[in-house]
Amino acid sequence: MSGRMKRWDIWSLITFIIFAGYLVFLALPLFMLLIKSFFDGTTGEFSLAYFHKFFSKAYYMNAVWNSIKVTVSVTLLSILVAGPLAYIMTIAKIKGSATVRILILISSMSAPFIGAYAWILLLGRSGVITKFMSGVFGFSMPDIYGFSGILLVLTLQLSPLIFMYVSGALKNVDNSLMEAAESMNCTGLRKMWKILVPLIMPTLLAGGLLVFMRAFADFGTPMLIGEGYRTVPVLIFNEFISEVGGDDGFAAAISVIVVVFAVTVFLLQKYVANRKSYSMSALNPIEPKKLKGIANLAAHAYVYLFTLLALMPQAYVAYTSFLKTSGKIFVDGYSLDSYRAAFSKVGDSIYNTFMMASITIIIITLAAVLIAYVTVKRKGAVANVLDTFTMLPYIVPGSILGIALLVTFNKEPLVLSGTSVILIAAFVIRRLPYTIRSSAAVLHQVNDSIEEAAISLGASTMRTFFKITVPMMISGVFAGAIISWISIITELSTSIILYTGNTRTMTVAVYTEVVRGNYGVAAALSTLLTAITVVSLLLFFKLSGKKEVTM
Amino acid sequence: MSVAISFKDIVKKYGDTTVIPELSLDIQKGEFFTLLGPSGCGKTTLLRMVAGFNSIEGGNLGFNNKVMNNVPPGKRNIGMVFQNYAIFPHLSVSENVAFGLQNRKVAKGELQRRVEEILDTVQIEVYKDRMPKNLSGGQQQRVALARAIVINPDVLLMDEPLSNLDAQLRVDMRNAIKRIQREVGITTVYVTHDQEEAMAVSDRIAVMKSGIIQQVGTPRDIYQRPANLFVATFIGRTNVIEAKLESGAEGEAVLHIGSSYSLAVPGLQAELKSSGTAAVKISVRPEEFVLAEEGAGLTGTVVNNIFLGLSTHLVVALENGQEVEIIQQSATTEVVDIGRKVTLAILPGTVNVYDAAGERNLNRGLDL
Repeated sequence: MSGRMKRWDIWSLITFIIFAGYLVFLALPLFMLLIKSFFDGTTGEFSLAYFHKFFSKAYYMNAVWNSIKVTVSVTLLSILVAGPLAYIMTIAKIKGSATVRILILISSMSAPFIGAYAWILLLGRSGVITKFMSGVFGFSMPDIYGFSGILLVLTLQLSPLIFMYVSGALKNVDNSLMEAAESMNCTGLRKMWKILVPLIMPTLLAGGLLVFMRAFADFGTPMLIGEGYRTVPVLIFNEFISEVGGDDGFAAAISVIVVVFAVTVFLLQKYVANRKSYSMSALNPIEPKKLKGIANLAAHAYVYLFTLLALMPQAYVAYTSFLKTSGKIFVDGYSLDSYRAAFSKVGDSIYNTFMMASITIIIITLAAVLIAYVTVKRKGAVANVLDTFTMLPYIVPGSILGIALLVTFNKEPLVLSGTSVILIAAFVIRRLPYTIRSSAAVLHQVNDSIEEAAISLGASTMRTFFKITVPMMISGVFAGAIISWISIITELSTSIILYTGNTRTMTVAVYTEVVRGNYGVAAALSTLLTAITVVSLLLFFKLSGKKEVTM
Repeated sequence: MSVAISFKDIVKKYGDTTVIPELSLDIQKGEFFTLLGPSGCGKTTLLRMVAGFNSIEGGNLGFNNKVMNNVPPGKRNIGMVFQNYAIFPHLSVSENVAFGLQNRKVAKGELQRRVEEILDTVQIEVYKDRMPKNLSGGQQQRVALARAIVINPDVLLMDEPLSNLDAQLRVDMRNAIKRIQREVGITTVYVTHDQEEAMAVSDRIAVMKSGIIQQVGTPRDIYQRPANLFVATFIGRTNVIEAKLESGAEGEAVLHIGSSYSLAVPGLQAELKSSGTAAVKISVRPEEFVLAEEGAGLTGTVVNNIFLGLSTHLVVALENGQEVEIIQQSATTEVVDIGRKVTLAILPGTVNVYDAAGERNLNRGLDL
């Protein structure tokens, strides 16, 4: 019911505090980035020099084209690979399909750069498969470095997202729609193209956007497997970090361009998706049927092959973590050397990750409960702005948020650079949306009259919230918090910008060990990350009673 | 402690749109009062103003003459039953019912006694430890009712409480609600769009349309002497027929319907214009027609007959082509065949005569 009483109450205060938090840790840093990009670093005068430099040099434009090429290819390829996968899993009975779904989910939850380094170990110049092929068959494998490697790694990493989105949408397609089409003699591919594809189009666009943004912002993969194939995040990182000739102002300018580009893509997708959205709920969902003969074989082969490829990097990394090492080199035999080395060399990173992720997740849980409540139940101008703020991290790449925070908080009045506070702030801002979305989804199901009932029975606003509303939304909050948690511990692109010696995280440690060629330690840490991820996911399934994750 | 509720020039606005313009109404202490009207008529809005969930933009709302306009909902001592029951899904039946008492800091022993007492009244004591998801719709409804009345509220507010139940359960529940309300003796405001339900439970009914009360009266009053054609057509079924009011031989008012049917209607002489005639509309309920083969009455042809067991519905096309509906007790007559010519007389004293616009019942105030 609209027109409920508007009162200045405790919620107004909470909204104000959260709003202030977003202003300080998101709006202000982005604004500072904007300022920095338009003012000369040395003279402090207004200048378009950075932008001129960027657009006039082929070196930079090249990176832009590379990024666009990678992003568009990855997005299209992911849809082409994962769309049919979801379709097959929906219509066909696949043996062990529940396990397959969980495995695919697990594969999507790891940090992409771990995939990159695993594929180097497998298909790189001295990778096991490369050596095996040339040694046994005298066959030389195609080059894994550069564009094709990035494409392979990101597609395998991100297509599970499309798979999950499309699977969810197909579950809501009523089978009677399919039967109606068939009764009008619209069958086979024509039925798919005319009925199914349009129905799941909004979902495909939403999933596509997510893949696009992730691929666009990913920094670790091109850095490791790109070998000189520069994409924009690599460019920004180099400009910002590099010890010689690093230029904050120029990095800021590139960041601004990237954000403008990302926002444009986001709005475009929203515009298209809104025009094509249908609300569906299936009374008779499509039931998977047992296929016959060659079709059955092909379906199983496709599903299993994809799952195998998607899991291969993590599995292989886990395998190498148990290999005996001698210095940096793997030797015959198995041992826990790598784990011992990991704990002694970079044990602090494990502690840091747990400490910071735990603090982050506590803040996220509290904030998400409050924000979800304010945006769902207290609609208004301020709540709308808050809603937009919470969406921004979907669009702003992590490395850019990192840079923005750093240029804002590396000087008085608030010096946070080098502390764990700045990392925690970045984690909270970036990973809050998962928990908010999950909490808000539950809250949308809670009818307003439930709260009104409590209030009419004499409960205060706060008592109603804690006794009635929170218990009802808690399952969604925890489910979302677990996803936030997993995405925090596997986060790299912000941490790599913000970390210092004291605040190194596990992903940063993996990255630096890989760069140094210390594959054993990297593998041990990665495997630890994977193990935590799997345990967290199992916990998620148990708590939410669901078998899927919405990102 | 029950209260009387008074609305004095109450105004509700959403932005610039006035939803309820200056409404006045008095509900008596202990009364079962129903707000009835089509969806969007403002009945729920009005109820929520009593509850305190909607703000009041003008006028005064009083409980026993105490102005309540700005008293927050939790301080009004109301019990409310929501359309979707709004049972707390994470609390058991007795925890749901105890919630309001806990907010009132009722001592443990007394709390338990009152919860059990009320669960007994609404006849769900055997389910007291169940979780809501294991209850049927009717049982949830009883929990909602128990939860609302256990706090001894001054006013019980019910917002379409039966609309989510199936037909048979709806009848059972409305009887239960009426019985419990009588037992507890609490002032009750009930919102519904179902006129039959309203008549079954209410002491008095206010029929609303577009934020304006069309008529306030007992169920019988509203059914038999509707204030205007809207009320006549909204409550029950009726046939609206154009007619002419003329002065008879002795100055009495005579109603001319169709080409040949005349009916004396005492007490309407004052409505005749100086010209001695007035165009009017009459409303005749299907059961107020007496069907005959011949004699005085409207003539027509049966075009449809529907046997429904208890009664038989006939559709008769009049001379001018207008179709009217007639209800006969099935037990008393044979089903009349389609195509038969019949005459329809109107039961003496039942007819309601309206002005040409249908806004005023000319019979109103006259005895039935």
